[in-house]
Amino acid sequence: MEKSRRRFLKVAGITALGVGAKPTWDVLASDSSHDASQPKVKKGDKALSAEQWAMVIDTRKFTSEEDLHPIIEACHKTHNVPDFLDEEHEDYKPANKRHEIKWIWPEEYKHAFPSLENHHVNDRVKALPFLVMCNHCENPACVKACPTKATFKRDDGIVLMDFHRCIGCRFCMAACPYGSRSFNFRDPRPYIKDRNPEFPTRMKGVVEKCNFCAERLAVGKMPACVEASNGAIAFGDLNDHESEVSKWLSENFTIRRKPGLGTGPALYYIV
Amino acid sequence: MPDQKQMYDKGKVVAGLVIFVVLITFPFWYNHLKAAPAPQLELTKKAQAAKNCVRSKDYMKAEHMQLLDVWRESVVRNGERVYVNEEGKEFNMSLTNTCLDCHSNKAEFCDRCHNYASVNPYCWDCHIDNPKEKK
Repeated sequence: MEKSRRRFLKVAGITALGVGAKPTWDVLASDSSHDASQPKVKKGDKALSAEQWAMVIDTRKFTSEEDLHPIIEACHKTHNVPDFLDEEHEDYKPANKRHEIKWIWPEEYKHAFPSLENHHVNDRVKALPFLVMCNHCENPACVKACPTKATFKRDDGIVLMDFHRCIGCRFCMAACPYGSRSFNFRDPRPYIKDRNPEFPTRMKGVVEKCNFCAERLAVGKMPACVEASNGAIAFGDLNDHESEVSKWLSENFTIRRKPGLGTGPALYYIV
Repeated sequence: MPDQKQMYDKGKVVAGLVIFVVLITFPFWYNHLKAAPAPQLELTKKAQAAKNCVRSKDYMKAEHMQLLDVWRESVVRNGERVYVNEEGKEFNMSLTNTCLDCHSNKAEFCDRCHNYASVNPYCWDCHIDNPKEKK
């Protein structure tokens, strides 16, 4: 009796091992990645690529804030950025200022470049509106602060957000030294005048910012602000010596915002 | 007979068990042991004309959420935006511009099944909920 039970358990154990090994072996043996009939994903044929995307803004080509409006509008329209400060909107309140969503906006020199603050800046620069947006830093503070990896840096240097993953903790907003991020305190949809059906909107409770037009680069288009700038903004690969940004940078003296922080902004300004 | 096991409070225990079983099976006998009929989906003209979805109908029925999850990861993280299906046909991996372009009838297509399965995905909070349809 004792002996046969022992035997039974042994045989049962070995059988179980054998039966269990079959499906495991099947999974390990099948390497589906080389199967032609399996669905695949790939980049678009026209997609633009770079090692580090960068932007150079020639501020000499702007004289007043009016010059920046078409650029800002082009961006905000493309990306369905709500305008809470639209006075014609039925629910407009001055307090909406607190809820403002900004991807790209004008800033005075003293606020854009506080670390380069000089008591005797020349009149032109003092009066000049600077176009500011997310700097797509080489060493982004927001990416380190994000607890869910909703914000991340892509291989081409773009600091991007996965809105699905954002939990709205706003650590990134505290971490960003440029104020480039905005939080959706309310549903933005009622405040989007002409919705671009090709780009999603955002929902209440997520942070958003400039995405360097990743969706346009993917189909071979330049960012919306570059297109709308009439040649005042150059965009290209910083590591490519033939690119327009490299040429502009080698021919002109440029400044970056708050360089002392070590974030390594990818936005350069010709003053 | 010392071996004979005695059940104490037999009446109460059995009554309690009966009540418990009746309560736990409430959803079943309340619906007369019949499942609610599966919803009938309506396809838009565009979807009918296209005949095939990105993948087979059965796959899409069961796995569309996994597919969308893979698409999101691929598009947002890797910048890979083109999907090549088993037949070699290419698609722009976009819920807004590809899926909801054909399936623009949220109420008759998406909602019917989601309501039936009692799931509340919030895709449409950001991705187009057909702007032609006024809410």
